[in-house]
Amino acid sequence: MAELEARARAGASRPLSPHLQIYKPMLTMMMSIAHRITGAALYFGMLLFAWWLIAAAAGANTYAGFETFMGSLIGRLILFGYTWALLHHLLGGIRHLIWDTLHGLEPAEREMLAAATLIGSIALTIVLWVVGYLVTGGPR
Amino acid sequence: MSAPRRIVTPMRRVRGLGAARSGTSHFWLQRVTSVAGIPLTIALIVIVMALMGRGPAAVAQILGSPIVATIILLFLLNTAYHMWIGMQEIILDYVHEDTFKMLSLMANTFFVVVVTLASAFAILKLSFGVN
Repeated sequence: MAELEARARAGASRPLSPHLQIYKPMLTMMMSIAHRITGAALYFGMLLFAWWLIAAAAGANTYAGFETFMGSLIGRLILFGYTWALLHHLLGGIRHLIWDTLHGLEPAEREMLAAATLIGSIALTIVLWVVGYLVTGGPR
Repeated sequence: MSAPRRIVTPMRRVRGLGAARSGTSHFWLQRVTSVAGIPLTIALIVIVMALMGRGPAAVAQILGSPIVATIILLFLLNTAYHMWIGMQEIILDYVHEDTFKMLSLMANTFFVVVVTLASAFAILKLSFGVN
């Protein structure tokens, strides 16, 4: 008994449950991972949002610097990724709230919800960017 | 017996407490901020799209208007809780070494407070028109 406890404390070779790489990738699993990654990306994306607000409050010169960055190719790419991450996390969050009510958990339903999250987020991102460019000419 | 005597059993002490030592309150708060986040995020997208391509004076004026400023302040407060809990969950899942875990949780709090306060200050400055 004492020996068993000592081994447990030392973290001796206890069997571990199989980790991610042993499973075949499934859509629901990939969407779960994407939800976490987009959440983490949006976490740091708040820096960009803060920069926007601070630049607007700081005056025309600072705001011009922000606009120059956002209008550049890298700025537009970041904003495009930001748009998709935000919409994907939003739709994924709605999916989780539906699951919280114990609805949509059957195999076909959860596959449908996962696909809807992915297709919806991509479609909405494109719609927003088309509207953005048509209405305003895009980020300057 | 050098250790202080406890009336409660070890099971009673840990029941309902997760790795963050606060039970299900964070789980629930994450749901509350998710629900609130839906209309706030949609409103924010509308605001950002409406302001895109406008000059700095117009942007500053619209961001500082009472309704827009209130929506953004609500978004900031709601998002602060949501992102703080979310990142804490990620840290607790992946960081196991005690010192690094503690420092990561601390850094999470600092990041959220600084970003939220700086953003809120900018909105309030625009709103109160101290230019």
